[in-house]
Amino acid sequence: MNNPQLDADGRLRHLLSIEGLPKRILNQILDTAESFVGVAEREVKKVPLLRGKTVCNLFFENSTRTRTTFEIAAKRLSADVISLNVNTSSQSKGETILDTVDNLIAMHADMFVVRHSQSGAAHFIAKHVPDHIHVINAGDGRHSHPTQGLLDMFTIRKYKPDLHNLRVAIVGDVLHSRVARSEIHALTTLGVPEVRVIAPKTLLPTQVEKLGVHVFHDMKTGLKDVDVVMMLRLQNERMNGAMLPSAQEYFKTYGLTQDKLNLAKPDAIVLHPGPMNRGVEIDSSVADGSQSVILPQVTYGIAVRMAVMAMLAGGQNSGSQAGSQA
Amino acid sequence: MKIQIKNGHVIDPKNNIDSQLDVFIAAGKIVALGKAPEGFIASQTIDASNLIVCPGLVDLSARLREPGDEYKATLISELQAAVAGGVTSLACPPDTDPVLDEPGLVEMLKHRAKQLNLAHVYPLGALTRQLQGKVLSEMGELREAGCVGFSQANIAITDTQVLWRAMEYAATFGFTLFLHAEEPFLAKDGVAHDGEVASRLGLKGIPSAAEALALASILRIAKETGARIHISRLSTAEGVDMIREAKKHGVNITCDVSANHLHLTEHDIGFFDANCHLKPPLRTQRDKDALGAGLKDGTIDAICSDHTPVDDDAKLAPFAEAEVGATGLELLLALTLKWANQEKTSLAKAIALISQSSAKILGIAAGDLSVNANADICIFDANEYWKIVPSALKSQGKNTPFNGLEIAGKVKTTLINGQVVYQSE
Amino acid sequence: MTSKNISLPHAEDLLKTLAQKVQPLLQANTALVGIQSGGVWLMQKLLVLLEKDIAANAIEHGTLDVSFYRDDYEKRGLKAENRPSQIPFDVENKHIILIDDVFYTGRTTRAAMNELFDYGRPASITLVALVNRGGRELPIAPQITAADIALDASQNLQLIQNQDGTLSLELQSLNFNQSQVHKHE
Repeated sequence: MNNPQLDADGRLRHLLSIEGLPKRILNQILDTAESFVGVAEREVKKVPLLRGKTVCNLFFENSTRTRTTFEIAAKRLSADVISLNVNTSSQSKGETILDTVDNLIAMHADMFVVRHSQSGAAHFIAKHVPDHIHVINAGDGRHSHPTQGLLDMFTIRKYKPDLHNLRVAIVGDVLHSRVARSEIHALTTLGVPEVRVIAPKTLLPTQVEKLGVHVFHDMKTGLKDVDVVMMLRLQNERMNGAMLPSAQEYFKTYGLTQDKLNLAKPDAIVLHPGPMNRGVEIDSSVADGSQSVILPQVTYGIAVRMAVMAMLAGGQNSGSQAGSQA
Repeated sequence: MKIQIKNGHVIDPKNNIDSQLDVFIAAGKIVALGKAPEGFIASQTIDASNLIVCPGLVDLSARLREPGDEYKATLISELQAAVAGGVTSLACPPDTDPVLDEPGLVEMLKHRAKQLNLAHVYPLGALTRQLQGKVLSEMGELREAGCVGFSQANIAITDTQVLWRAMEYAATFGFTLFLHAEEPFLAKDGVAHDGEVASRLGLKGIPSAAEALALASILRIAKETGARIHISRLSTAEGVDMIREAKKHGVNITCDVSANHLHLTEHDIGFFDANCHLKPPLRTQRDKDALGAGLKDGTIDAICSDHTPVDDDAKLAPFAEAEVGATGLELLLALTLKWANQEKTSLAKAIALISQSSAKILGIAAGDLSVNANADICIFDANEYWKIVPSALKSQGKNTPFNGLEIAGKVKTTLINGQVVYQSE
Repeated sequence: MTSKNISLPHAEDLLKTLAQKVQPLLQANTALVGIQSGGVWLMQKLLVLLEKDIAANAIEHGTLDVSFYRDDYEKRGLKAENRPSQIPFDVENKHIILIDDVFYTGRTTRAAMNELFDYGRPASITLVALVNRGGRELPIAPQITAADIALDASQNLQLIQNQDGTLSLELQSLNFNQSQVHKHE
């Protein structure tokens, strides 16, 4: 099956999921992001790379945070940005997804950043857009959130440059988490030798070991000697009895407190994709503490998203160009 | 009209015929095989050289979408699709709109179908009113109107007491119940098999246990009530084992498998191919192998097309939101032949699985070429390849996971009641 | 197309000439900026050759990777190797000595100037190139060069860094049937 994310020359055409991307592309994104970190620290925080291009944030699922970071990233590349929040109530579907996309293409959008509540939505849209349009998945159902996975890897690389010697633990609702899936694929593809998931059985997907992770149900054993702790957000719906009895019980068994964190290596770092449920999956003292790299994640998130957009927008026509003098 | 089908290789599993013979038809019936009856002068001759002549295929489940969902498909288009696929008799499930729980609706459907003079339609009546699983339908009346059995389509009865009573009532009159084994709470909102692929793709899964648990209930109640049960669209290795055991213990049960499940697994979903959004879901390689083995050893009695046409827009959505179903009537023969070839199963056995066996399950006089049987005949080229593309299909449902596949087994001529109703170009 | 037999000067010799010409520019409030990659190698050599004057005037230095400012971005995309620009001083009101290896069409210089201006407003920019190979496409020219070598479009002149750290010039002829074209400007 042709990888829909890569073009015939093996270059990135869409960013839909970390799964299926070769290591060299992941590294290329991370290396490119390095350059963009510097841009944010300058007086003029812009580069002209995407000038004249229109980036459209197509959010079928609400999210102010993610949408804002993509907007900032696009603007720093000098792109024009349109943001569309499409309300999908079950009663009134209104326009179909493809109709919305087609209309935006007719208005000369060049790049779509898509978030949707259904797994596979980004793949679906990518399948139906013309060749010159690029799609970035900003989160589809439980399936994938590739820019989050990438910015998490960028952050880890900053603090723990030797990825080949790390133990990483992902804690929380893996079953419903697109962030977790993307993180797992990124970690394993980039060669992190030990990836753990820590969660009650009700919050783990069937056959999760097949993704290349070690399964733990107990924080105390799961966090032992770990270098990186990646916390996942617990959504309110899960706490209403069917999967978990209560937020209190969850915090007691799987919440990250300083005590539990002390079981990890003393220089272990803590990540969280945000927004945080303080007192549910993470204690405030840890979230605000010295081992937390949660705020840097946000900064790096913009650089990583700039890198992705830059890579997608550039170099798509270079094949034979004899005589072109740049 | 007197017709002679010449030089064809006749395969009639019921009568153990598997050789080159001519077939003679008069007044809509088969009058002889091999030698012409005395004084027989054919007004039409069909040259079946290098072709297989077999009983018209009998399909256990084809959705015709009438009444109610005419934008998806109509009786005409789907019955044309049936005969283009060599299917001369088919059963249709009761999940139409309105539901087939009124004798009047059944009569109207049968009447309309009969007028078209295409494939014979045998409706399955709703087991409960509106398929809601609360109140039994008037099975006696529906039987009179022409239902050959009763079904809940894909909607499970959650109240075990109701299921028990329904089976008891049906058993009283010897009606056959066509049931889909799926525990509704475990299957709720599920769109794919609960396993490695669904976990990776972030799709809500339906565990194999959903089929096994429902099957266990059905088998137990069948044992107590003596109801005659047919399990529609088996999908798990566990399910095959359970039915094998039940048959060993003399339970009056039959079952079928969809042609799709003989060839596809969860991995075929690939990058969220909505054409693979099916019910029951495509499961693992192990399940697929077990289903094949079940067909070979007689645990599974028949293959069915599970024809479920959907309009194009309905599949143009993210996987979970895409409508369930695939077109199947025109693929049943070719997919069965493909399976038989792979498994080194004889052509005769394969054809039996889509004609004689299904006819027996439905309790209809079809699926064989006995003398005095209805001249419902399928003539096909087992070696001719054709490409499965929308333009090659007569059904309004163009969506199939096999889109683009080149496959062997082309229907050349189909006869119903001794008349040619389909001739390939 | 066959390559003409031009005898190329030694880069290390040209460097000395360049250093001599640059020396008078090293005054207060001046900074050196090298353009990746050749310009950076040259700058590093000049930092050594002109050590005394540089220290005496507190001359700062930085590097520019102009990838994000190129005008052919859509065709060429990003290079696989990416070194971030590093300008650790305030560009505002500085006299910038911009260093490149081979001056060709002038587009790299334009990109570099655009990027510099995003850091601040310099007092002046003096363009220094080891070689001017002719063929400019914009009204831009180096104020200081060590050599002028006229070449045609079929030839590609590159500065390379040898294993032992020395620099040399290399001339390649371009086959127009090749799909990959990497032009130095």
